[in-house]
Amino acid sequence: MREKITYVLAAIVGALLVSNLYTILLGLPDEANQGAIYRIFFFHFPSAITSGLCAFLSLVGSLMYLYRRNLWWDAFAVSATELTLTFGAIVLMTGMIWARIIWGIWWAWDARLTSTLVSWLAYASYLIFRRAIEEPTARARFSAVISIFTFPGVIISWKSIEWWRTQHPGPVISIRGGGGMAPGMEAAAYWNLLPLAVLALILISIRLRQENAQRLLDGFRRQAHEI
Amino acid sequence: MVIAGKDLRAELRGKETINASLSFSLVILLLFSFAFDPTAEETRAICGGLLWLVFAFAGALVLNRSFARELPNDCLDALIASPLPPSALFMGKVMANMLILMTVEIICLPIFGLFYNVNWTQQFGMLFLVLVLTTWGLTVVGTMFSALTVNMRLRELMLPTLVYPIMIPGLLAAIQLTTLLAVGEPLTPDYYPWLKLLAGFDLIYTLLGLALVDTVLVG
Repeated sequence: MREKITYVLAAIVGALLVSNLYTILLGLPDEANQGAIYRIFFFHFPSAITSGLCAFLSLVGSLMYLYRRNLWWDAFAVSATELTLTFGAIVLMTGMIWARIIWGIWWAWDARLTSTLVSWLAYASYLIFRRAIEEPTARARFSAVISIFTFPGVIISWKSIEWWRTQHPGPVISIRGGGGMAPGMEAAAYWNLLPLAVLALILISIRLRQENAQRLLDGFRRQAHEI
Repeated sequence: MVIAGKDLRAELRGKETINASLSFSLVILLLFSFAFDPTAEETRAICGGLLWLVFAFAGALVLNRSFARELPNDCLDALIASPLPPSALFMGKVMANMLILMTVEIICLPIFGLFYNVNWTQQFGMLFLVLVLTTWGLTVVGTMFSALTVNMRLRELMLPTLVYPIMIPGLLAAIQLTTLLAVGEPLTPDYYPWLKLLAGFDLIYTLLGLALVDTVLVG
């Protein structure tokens, strides 16, 4: 049953992404000032939101693990962190491509870019840290603490465009008081956010099953060693 | 408090951490001056970053020892088993580390002023505030991760890997403020957000540290 739901959702996501691609590449006109490159925004912004969402899920998983002490939540936190990194990488790369065209440079050390990269590195060191501990409950406990300590960085990254004058554009989305986009364009951005966010959730659920299966296997292996 | 006293007494008798981190800081300060050979104008531009890199490295040395020194004779287990609440143990460790690191910083500052020909005393009050706030943030985060990594292999490597990315917002604010203050210029209103960021950083991580230390130490 669960597998079927996953497949159906994945098929819907795939279809939606393709139809979005059509809207983004052919349906919408070039932007007045930026030309064709602005289309990367339709992947940059949804990936950023998805990455932040995954970071939040990682926080939830970590808090729930500390509260419930069930390793399922630890597996959930790891899966969410991995997706945070994946979508974070997409955000950084699409942003750099855009910056190369618009600013003429790949990277600028402004508050938004720096804080995003720093959070990305912090979540990467979370994964590195996990590999250094063998014992599952200690690993879950310690990495939950690290994940909670890392999350404030995500909030700084999210709010940085309001707190500092950054080279990165300020808010353009109308719900954050931006209003810098034509309605059709903004809708297209949300329509691309939906499948990407659902894709992240699907991937989390797949990784979650792998993590849980892995834990069972490790448990059996340990039992076998004892015998 | 008892823990802070104990750690400081151990430190005063052995002086191993403070000597190591102090001489390390001085070597780094020297290396920087060879590496960049800065003019007076360049020094004004880089002094904040330079000082905080030195202090952050020195901090990693101090923090590594903080819990590691309890490992011989199973002192850490004894401390956890004692009636002391884990949060008190944590705060004691933070205070001791803070004092040790502050000592290193206060000794380094005049030497920095001497080597780089900088008159750092004019804004000393504000500079001291920035030092206190940042060192507090660094030790809170660092002591927490020191407790996390104490039983790991690669402990010395893991601690900086984890602490520095999380410290960057705080360090960034400190660097901005120090660059201005260390050369004796007063703060302009432009810089108040950095001060707020630093204070907010300390507050959030102190609360997080106090809330989570039970889980880290006891389980």
